[in-house]
Amino acid sequence: MSSFEESQLTIAGKAYKSRLLVGSGKYKDLNETREASLASGAEIVTVAIRRVNIGQDPNAPSLLDVLPPSEFTLLPNSAGCYNAADAIYTLQLGREILGGHKLCKLEVLGDEKTLFPNMPETLKAAETLVKDGFDVMVYCSDDPIQARMLEDIGCAAIMPLASLIGSGMGILNPWNLSLIIEQSKVPVIVDAGVGTASDAAIAMELGCDGVLMNTAIAGAKDPVRMAHAMKLGIDAGRNAFLAGRIPRKFAASPSSPMAGRVV
Amino acid sequence: MMIAIELNGSAHQIADGQTVGNLVSSMQLNGKAVAVAVNRDVVPGSQWQYRQLHAGERVDIVWPIGGG
Repeated sequence: MSSFEESQLTIAGKAYKSRLLVGSGKYKDLNETREASLASGAEIVTVAIRRVNIGQDPNAPSLLDVLPPSEFTLLPNSAGCYNAADAIYTLQLGREILGGHKLCKLEVLGDEKTLFPNMPETLKAAETLVKDGFDVMVYCSDDPIQARMLEDIGCAAIMPLASLIGSGMGILNPWNLSLIIEQSKVPVIVDAGVGTASDAAIAMELGCDGVLMNTAIAGAKDPVRMAHAMKLGIDAGRNAFLAGRIPRKFAASPSSPMAGRVV
Repeated sequence: MMIAIELNGSAHQIADGQTVGNLVSSMQLNGKAVAVAVNRDVVPGSQWQYRQLHAGERVDIVWPIGGG
């Protein structure tokens, strides 16, 4: 890929080459889930924890058949939980499924319509989970004070939403994100709201350490192609960030010298 | 003798004295990546064969599915 030196994304002491993290939901089938995940180059893939359907065909292919832990770092999430106790319980089950694997994605929702995080419950859950030995990557609002509190609690990564989950609205408040990035000593990974490759690039240009997305890929007309686009977008944004962009100024500055013109 | 438990949110009858391990086997989930909790306490896989189920207990058997 690039011949430029690049540091890896380190989360809870483990290094990852890919700064794109993906969800595994909303695909049309398991095959597409796998193809898109592979095309994205993501190493970390989130999974939801749900009750087994009684009477389900036990021989039907399951998610781990197409996203085996040998190929991916699976990140159990607490999606669909509306209080700290449920989120903690769900993630304890997730840890058990993955044989004690400590990395998890905490989300505690506050509203069914907006899926905005309930920050007081999120803080409560984060504190308990960190004490219980989890490496917590936490979905949160883009409030820098809340982000700092989560970091102080010991979360392994701060994951502010860029806009509403699944909305595709993109990076609505780059200013808040910048404040969070500036203050954080742990990785800041935009989680929620990305719609297309340029959104991912913008997040990376702001200095985010990574981007987590699901709907932007799974909901695209061609998810595998969008996964590929996202991979390129993340790479473009990261390189642009490291290259150091020109400042914006409301003035022209010619690219060709004035001296030696024939006029 | 049959006893009533709650399994994944629904009423379920099992033979008295059954263990978590028996229940998992009866659902043909042996070898699958699942986790079990009884009354919201996770029962580690190593304990399944020992943990007997009692009437009224709430059992959750879960696995990973696609999600964001």
